[in-house]
Amino acid sequence: MRMPALTALLTATAVFTFALAFAAEADEVHVLNWKGYGADEPWAIAVFEKATGNKVVNDFFNSEQEMLTKLRTNPGLYDVVMINAAFNDQAMAEKLIQPIDVSKIPNYADISPDKSGSPMLDHDGKVYGVPWVWGLTALAINEKSFDTPPTSITEMWNEAHKGRVVIRDDAVEAIQFGAIATGQNINDIKDMDAVKAKLTSLMPQIKTFWSSENDWNQMVASNQIDIGTYWSGSADRAKTHFKLPVSLVIPQEGAVAWLDAFSIPAGSKNVAGAQAFINYMIDPTFYVEWVTKVGAPVSANTKAVAALPEDAFNRKVMGDPAVAKRIQFQAPITDAQREKYLALWQELKVNVK
Amino acid sequence: MAGQVAIGSRSGLRSALPLLLPAYLWLTVAIFLPLSAMVFFSFMTELPLSGKAWSFTLDNYTAFLSQGLYPTLLLASLRLGLEVTLWCVVVGYPAAYVLAKVLKGRSREAIFLLVILPFWSNGLVRIFSWAMVLREGGILDTALNAVLPIKINIDLMYSYPAVIIGLVHSYVPYMVLTCYLTLQAIDGSLIEAGRSLGASRLQVLKRIVIPLSMPGLVAGAALIFVPVVGSFMEPRILGGRTGTFYGTVIEDQFVAVFNWPLGAALSFILLAVVLVILAVASPILRRAA
Repeated sequence: MRMPALTALLTATAVFTFALAFAAEADEVHVLNWKGYGADEPWAIAVFEKATGNKVVNDFFNSEQEMLTKLRTNPGLYDVVMINAAFNDQAMAEKLIQPIDVSKIPNYADISPDKSGSPMLDHDGKVYGVPWVWGLTALAINEKSFDTPPTSITEMWNEAHKGRVVIRDDAVEAIQFGAIATGQNINDIKDMDAVKAKLTSLMPQIKTFWSSENDWNQMVASNQIDIGTYWSGSADRAKTHFKLPVSLVIPQEGAVAWLDAFSIPAGSKNVAGAQAFINYMIDPTFYVEWVTKVGAPVSANTKAVAALPEDAFNRKVMGDPAVAKRIQFQAPITDAQREKYLALWQELKVNVK
Repeated sequence: MAGQVAIGSRSGLRSALPLLLPAYLWLTVAIFLPLSAMVFFSFMTELPLSGKAWSFTLDNYTAFLSQGLYPTLLLASLRLGLEVTLWCVVVGYPAAYVLAKVLKGRSREAIFLLVILPFWSNGLVRIFSWAMVLREGGILDTALNAVLPIKINIDLMYSYPAVIIGLVHSYVPYMVLTCYLTLQAIDGSLIEAGRSLGASRLQVLKRIVIPLSMPGLVAGAALIFVPVVGSFMEPRILGGRTGTFYGTVIEDQFVAVFNWPLGAALSFILLAVVLVILAVASPILRRAA
């Protein structure tokens, strides 16, 4: 008597779940992105849902590798995915994302041509990624430790800051930082020994390896550090949102730039909803509110940046043509390169002991 | 009578089966299967999830020897494990002795509660509270400078001692609990007999108390040593520049570069080394115990 009852229960549950899934899938937009990165802001979702009748379901990843795995193992689940442009190539090659019909995304026309024309996002004349925001991995300083902000990356090696310098615990970022310090192209490092030697000499300066925005802000708040590598959006947030004495320095030697873009996964069940969501994400109204309320990187949409106040950091500093000249955009990195970078970075960290 | 006992014990086993089943099912599903999958992964060139072609290889294991950094780090981690275990004995054994032999009733309960309190708090919370205490201008620094006439500068944060402090705090309850159990079991009349026959307190400790409580010490040491060698959270957060250990490079392989095969191989090498150490040490420890 008990077994049939159980079977019936299970069947009922399964039927119910299926019914629910079918009923819901029509106008749900499943979004895969970093947590706390614009697409999951409750006020933004409310506006979008009201305007389009779609329901937004957020899911998150903690690393690009995790994002790719989620796409591989859940085909058809996601409708929108945020992919760093350097990974777009790999996602396309594995057929995880599909070409985007940009005529359905009105705001696409306002994206600055150097971003929308990026060879990292366009393949064979088809668009695989809609540029969203970009930013820098540059230096940030504790304003209490400097009378005048430094202009050169060599400040990290200055004896005066011994034990008060931080760098992010990330192999790719660290090696590319070393490439800039040795005057090399970050996407084509010819002299790896120079990078290694340069980073080796940096190690005695280091206080710790930071891994989250919170680490950085805490150390500045308790006045434990002078200078370190930092992300432009985070430095802006630390200053405007948390009122910390932090300012961003884009060294004369250059800085690493990254571009984040939205893609539509292959097998998406709600392409129209995905297009509407992407259009909303690059809309000036959303962007201005995001910058004001939370703090954000620089929008790829020129009209969105122009809608910011004249003296806004993202418009004044990041929009400066002199800055544009000395930054280098991150290109795709192969798995083999990434593993090589990690081995080198681990070796550097071990030898410091 | 004998027949009845036999039947009783057989049906005892039968009735015990349903009781054992959940535990064994759980062990099989939650531990044995994932672990065997990891063994399998450790011999592969690529993770099958990545959709790329893969084949079997020993490269992940030879990488350990071909790159000097892994053996160096393993030694550093083993040293860390020994030091933390030693400090746990130094801190935990006297506490266990006092709990078992000196304190009684309410005060014993109160102290016991304090000892196991760390178990009830989340590991990350514990580490971050240490960060607040140990850093320059932190609680320890401020408190000492408020009391001492001279100005001293205490900044233990991001250093090897900080890692030791954090780990000892996390693991010392194991030592206290295992030692407490064996110390409590020592018959008080043995100690009284020793004393009345003219042994000094030190002699009683050396000849009676320590030998009889050795099983607890050994169990505690094994419980602490093994996880500490593979620890990665405490070194990463408290160790700063000096916080790279074997556990943290394994974590990097899983999290940063998604190289599960190498991460799995490094983990099994660690497991093998720890088993060898325990196997070599066990005759000595058994004799001691």
